[in-house]
Amino acid sequence: MTQASPSKTKSIGPTFTKLVSKEGGTEYPLKAIHICEETFAPLEVAYDYDAIRDRVSRETIEAGPNSIWRYRHFLPVESENPIDVGTGMTPLVKSNRLARRLGLKNLYIKNDAVNMPTLSFKDRVVSVALTRARELGFSTVSCASTGNLANSTAAIAARAGLDCCVFIPADLEAGKILGTLIYNPTLMAVKGNYDQVNRLCCEVANTHGWGFVNINLRPYYSEGSKTLGFEVAEQLGWKLPDHIVAPLASGSLYTKIYKGFREFVKVGLVEDKNVRFSGAQAEGCSPIAQAFKEGRDFVSPVKPNTIAKSIAIGNPADGIYALETARKTNGHIEAVTDAEIIEGMKLLAETEGIFTETAGGTTIAVLKKLVENKKIDPEETTVAYITGNGLKTQEAVQGYIGEPLIIEPKLDSFERALERSRTLERLEWQQISV
Amino acid sequence: MAVKVLIPTPLQKFTGEQATIECSGASVNELFDALENNCPGIKSRLCDEEGKPRRFLNFYVNSEDIRFLEGTETPLKDGDEVSIVPAVAGG
Repeated sequence: MTQASPSKTKSIGPTFTKLVSKEGGTEYPLKAIHICEETFAPLEVAYDYDAIRDRVSRETIEAGPNSIWRYRHFLPVESENPIDVGTGMTPLVKSNRLARRLGLKNLYIKNDAVNMPTLSFKDRVVSVALTRARELGFSTVSCASTGNLANSTAAIAARAGLDCCVFIPADLEAGKILGTLIYNPTLMAVKGNYDQVNRLCCEVANTHGWGFVNINLRPYYSEGSKTLGFEVAEQLGWKLPDHIVAPLASGSLYTKIYKGFREFVKVGLVEDKNVRFSGAQAEGCSPIAQAFKEGRDFVSPVKPNTIAKSIAIGNPADGIYALETARKTNGHIEAVTDAEIIEGMKLLAETEGIFTETAGGTTIAVLKKLVENKKIDPEETTVAYITGNGLKTQEAVQGYIGEPLIIEPKLDSFERALERSRTLERLEWQQISV
Repeated sequence: MAVKVLIPTPLQKFTGEQATIECSGASVNELFDALENNCPGIKSRLCDEEGKPRRFLNFYVNSEDIRFLEGTETPLKDGDEVSIVPAVAGG
């Protein structure tokens, strides 16, 4: 598929060339810096796409490792041996039961609830960030996290033998705290919300010389999310979908999936197509959805109040770019209530056997809302991105799901309980149909 | 009105590599002018051509984002701490 153009470009060495400001285009060297000195806009990694085109084809990618590193020429690392903990290549599941329930014909679930090693999409960005951190000479890595990133940074730092200090809001779910501490990092639980944690970390990053994956390493880190675009295109048989729905926190993941699709088109791996990008937020923290609804091109910060803590970012750094992406692709950004989020988690579990966390519940609830509002064509190939695992946010569904039937170790006790549960099921069914 | 201002790394070339400086002003707007007097050139980095704070910068007075207060009209008093923090990606 890839045309072999006469090779004027180098065939070895890195394919990434510089950092470029997203506002104004000022260029910077490939160091641990993340913002433009003039406009404070984020910096983004630039590549030599001719060099990438010369080196990759569908065949070389398919012959690569069964992880995000099969796309290494699209990622900002130099190492021959990047930190590979089996991250990526998660299942793209063709949905049958959920699709039927919603009235969609071509629905797919990209299931990063089973990403490795820490069961969220963050393992993608952290694998890239820590590989780059090692190249830049950092011995301590850090992050400001709503939980998933903390798990991932601590785990992959452990694997890479890097010292690790992570910062989280003190009120996180127990599973996310335990799932960080097990890797024995220094864990700072900050009495405040995520935006306050961020602010503190910016000040620490200035003074301690650590590699903060989502601060001074952010240009490299965020590129890891492109692999969620690459994998979906490859898993659909080297085709782009028609429509994607993804959760919006800082807006970074969403815009990088877009970048991933565009890069595959640019180097000739897939045919060009307009993919509609829809975004999901929780009503209790929906600054981007509000700006979208009101037709604004700026995002006003809010104070988060939602069970969807992993996406509760009141001051989203890439919010304006997410708005731009939704508008130029003819997508939508919607918000749903906490009750709808819980229903979304249950719906995905009951129809597809996938237990996602609150962010995934938000995505499914928004998917449902978009279908109900006729914003998704039933024929469209639609991909819903599930980015985290429900076992980490058990608090969210406690009290909203069934309970075990406690029985004696005797057949008649079992029969009575079974009869009772069938009667309850019938009653529930009657209530729904009324 | 002595106020402590925390300066992010990219702006420290205007402050002689100082991460914090003492300044004065009865409001955030006045503080911008006072900063410019002490560190010429800094205001055009903090604010755009229309004099509004740049959209990728966050300003906090005693840990509260000024957009939740009175914006650049937010009053300042002795001992307040103002921090200037670029936006960060999430997670």
